[in-house]
Amino acid sequence: MTLAAPGFLSPTGVEIAFLLVGLVTFGAAVLTVTTRQLVHAALWLVVALGGLAVEYLLLTAEFIAWVQVLIYVGSVVVLLLFGLMLTRAPIGRSPDADSGNRPVALAVAVVATGALLWVVVDAFRTAWIDLEGPARGTTAVSGESLFRHWVLPFEALSVLLLAALVGAIVLSRRNAPDEPDATDMPNAPDAPEGARPVGPDGRGGASRRGAGGAGGATEVK
Amino acid sequence: MTTTTLAVLVPLLPFLGAAAGLLLGRTAPGFVRPLAVLPVLATLGLAVLTAVRQGGGGTIEAATRLTPTGSVPIDLALRLDGFAAATAVLVALVACCVQIYSTGYLRDDPRYPSYAALVSLFTSAMLLVVYSGDLMVLLVGWEIMGICSYFLVGHYWETPEARAASLKAFLVTKLGDVPFLIGLFVLAADAGTFRIGGVLGAVAAGSVQHPTLAALLLLAGVAGKSAQFPLHTWLPDAMAGPTPVSALIHAATMVAAGIYFVARLLPLFAASAAALTVLAVLAALTMVGSALAALAQDDIKRVLAWSTIGQLGYMSGALAVGDRGAAVFHLLAHGAFKALLFLAAGAVIHAAGTNSLAAMSRMSGLARRVPDAYWTMTIALLALAAIPPFAGFFSKEAVLVAAEHTALGDRTVAPAGAGWIVLVAGLLTALLTAAYALRLWLLAFRGRGTEAPDHGRQPVAMSGVLWVLAVPSLALGLTAGRLDDWFDGNPLLPTVTTAVLGTGLAVAGAAVLYGAWAHTRARAAHPPIGAVAAHPAAEPAVSEAEAIATHTPAYGDIAAAPDPADPGQLLLGPLHRHAAAGFHLDALYSVLFVRPVRGAASLVRFLDREVVETYVRGAAGSTKLLGRAVRAAQTGNVQTYLSALLAGSVVLAIAAVLVAAGA
Amino acid sequence: MHLVYPAVLAALLFCTGLYGVLARRNAILVLMSVELMLNAVNLNLVAFDVWLRDTLHAGQALTLFTIAIAAAEIGIGLAIVLMVHRNRGTSDIDALRDTAESVADPAGDDTGHDGEHGGHDEHDDVYDAEYDEDSSDPDTHPGPAAGEKAEATA
Repeated sequence: MTLAAPGFLSPTGVEIAFLLVGLVTFGAAVLTVTTRQLVHAALWLVVALGGLAVEYLLLTAEFIAWVQVLIYVGSVVVLLLFGLMLTRAPIGRSPDADSGNRPVALAVAVVATGALLWVVVDAFRTAWIDLEGPARGTTAVSGESLFRHWVLPFEALSVLLLAALVGAIVLSRRNAPDEPDATDMPNAPDAPEGARPVGPDGRGGASRRGAGGAGGATEVK
Repeated sequence: MTTTTLAVLVPLLPFLGAAAGLLLGRTAPGFVRPLAVLPVLATLGLAVLTAVRQGGGGTIEAATRLTPTGSVPIDLALRLDGFAAATAVLVALVACCVQIYSTGYLRDDPRYPSYAALVSLFTSAMLLVVYSGDLMVLLVGWEIMGICSYFLVGHYWETPEARAASLKAFLVTKLGDVPFLIGLFVLAADAGTFRIGGVLGAVAAGSVQHPTLAALLLLAGVAGKSAQFPLHTWLPDAMAGPTPVSALIHAATMVAAGIYFVARLLPLFAASAAALTVLAVLAALTMVGSALAALAQDDIKRVLAWSTIGQLGYMSGALAVGDRGAAVFHLLAHGAFKALLFLAAGAVIHAAGTNSLAAMSRMSGLARRVPDAYWTMTIALLALAAIPPFAGFFSKEAVLVAAEHTALGDRTVAPAGAGWIVLVAGLLTALLTAAYALRLWLLAFRGRGTEAPDHGRQPVAMSGVLWVLAVPSLALGLTAGRLDDWFDGNPLLPTVTTAVLGTGLAVAGAAVLYGAWAHTRARAAHPPIGAVAAHPAAEPAVSEAEAIATHTPAYGDIAAAPDPADPGQLLLGPLHRHAAAGFHLDALYSVLFVRPVRGAASLVRFLDREVVETYVRGAAGSTKLLGRAVRAAQTGNVQTYLSALLAGSVVLAIAAVLVAAGA
Repeated sequence: MHLVYPAVLAALLFCTGLYGVLARRNAILVLMSVELMLNAVNLNLVAFDVWLRDTLHAGQALTLFTIAIAAAEIGIGLAIVLMVHRNRGTSDIDALRDTAESVADPAGDDTGHDGEHGGHDEHDDVYDAEYDEDSSDPDTHPGPAAGEKAEATA
């Protein structure tokens, strides 16, 4: 495992590629957490996650890389974008994307980075990954290990996913139509001015109206 | 039964009677009276039997040690000598008379069961003191008497006078008991035992290191219990209790306990000339002052109370000149005639419906209403005034003889100065005693005015007891020639010099007072002043309680009455006002002790409220402020919490790494 | 390849995610940052799996599990964020301060609200106490407090 490590000043081709992609990934990640445009953040996240997929490939973890692309880039980010849309996230620059906690967050992050880098570099300065030999992460190898050694956790995970599915549905389900939610009242034109449950930007009411329809529009308790 | 067993039964029977009376008092009222009287009667029989068996012979000592109690052992010990045997007979006799008298005097009292039980308990405690051969066991009886006295003085606790008097009696006697206890410890530490025999042996061997210190400390307790100056002030106020209680506790027995205690330990006191001199001075002050005060009192029971203090002064005087035989002889005689005086006074108060001499002096025919009380009181007053051949004459002469011998140097037990002090004060007091005894008699029974109310005959339980007590008052003196064998062997018979001197002075005092009375009598024609509250149908105690309660509203004072017909007022002149108030000793104590204590109490209250409380409030307030600061951190913003959490984790991680790296 | 490269990259990504979690206001952006942190862990797992040549492929299997769990997490998280947004009209994390300790006496506030609104359940009372100030000027903070008021008025 730990062979005689070549020096850092004569990097191999894989290393150069890893470094370059790593820089892109890190940059994209930093942009994800700093950009003031919410949708851009999701898009920069795609770049960062894609870059990570490439890094997996470079580490010969082929199957993981494709799973990464499929699940993260393909579904999670899409889900996040849907979430942004459903919460009426503003398109364009929003000046209040960062909370007042930002300086503290920066300090904590910088200190944590310093500590982690110090420890990691100090510990693995000389560690060398031998990428020669048979590929370690092909689909065949991964599948074999997954369904031979890890089949029980795998099945348990499927139960967890099912639970998460049910939980997500329950959480996002609307109330039954026969007991209309008090907050579900749309801004009906004949309702008094003070009765409008929407804010001035109309966000809250609009999202509700989308699903609730006009059924309880004039229903006043 | 051996003499020891008899002697053990003597204090035990009244104690069992008291316990049974307290337990059965509510459930079986019919048993209360037998339970009150019979044990005391049996005790009297046993005490007499014990005295006969002992016979004035050698001291009988018996002891049992229940358990080791540390460095100085405490034994359940008996010490029977002539003093103990004779005193026990007196205590049992008076207790018997009082219990019988109480069945008539308090016949309708709702609290009679507890009253009778307390009297029995008190009797038991006094007998324990008398027989005990161990100072610690003696102290137990001593303190039980104190608490019984507190309860019994406060029997009429509905009246503020009784409440105040019981509290005062308790506090003042306790004030003396604290040095008394310390004195006992000093004595025991020096002698290495609490046994009286051991202590006396140590004194004889000269191994007691601090006889003066121990004697003076013990004297404080004795002064409290026996109402000697300066701790006598509780006794006149204690007359707020029922008359039988006054007769038992505050005349015959409890106040005599202090005298008896000194008599038991007299060799210790005799070892210290200073203690004897102090005792002599105190006795002289007590005698003269109390006789003057007795001359000025209006309440008949207060006259007797002050006279008790004076007679106790005689006993102290006898002890101060080192003659305990004379002291105990006077104790016996005085116990008999003073109990008789009190019990007769109770009957008189009931008949007259008032305790005020001024009111009685405007009442005619009181003597005919209560002939038993009249005759027995006359006997007792003659005994008090030391007119031969009554008991008081012989016992008082014994004291004066001892004092004279000491003064003239015939006896060397005590310093001659003490003898002179006691002799002069004793003779002066003899004069005053005769005067106030005659004043009491004249004002009570020779009044002129409206007819005294007719209550019918007194119950036999009350009048019979008076005659029983009249016998020793009359005849105890005649035993003086035989009684000295029981005591130390000093002759108790009077000598010609003192007899002539004492009796002459008494007669002179009586004559002067009679002259004054004849002079002032004309003024008594005025209508009665003050209130007379007669309840012919009710029990006698009701009249007494009402008389005490109405005295202050009627006369403006609990003790004195502004009566121009009072010969005492004529004789004392400007001194009358001060004498009536007990020479303002209470006011002095109030200034010296009560006010500083109250000031200190308010200071403590201030310190507690303002200073200590400030710290408490400060502790609470700072905690509250701290809590408010912590509350301010609870912003509800999850990110803030998380930031703090992670920052802490990072710091901890760095610290852990640094430690692991050995930095 | 040097192990330091993936390890350092993972540390950097993790701390970037950390910053995002602490600094972002929108809940969905916070979820994104959480994804970044999870991915940093995944990178570590893969790199160490390759480095250690684990015969059981524990690192890669765990990575797969992590990815699945992350997917589940993002689903649940988004559902919660959506519900919060539906109820509160906002998905800003620093606006959700129901657990804040109110410095003013809460008892007095509660009684006042009982008198104003009549019968509400306990949750509503707490909720109203929190939004009392907001409902006084509805221009700045939109929300269901306005709806509650409307209900009471109607």
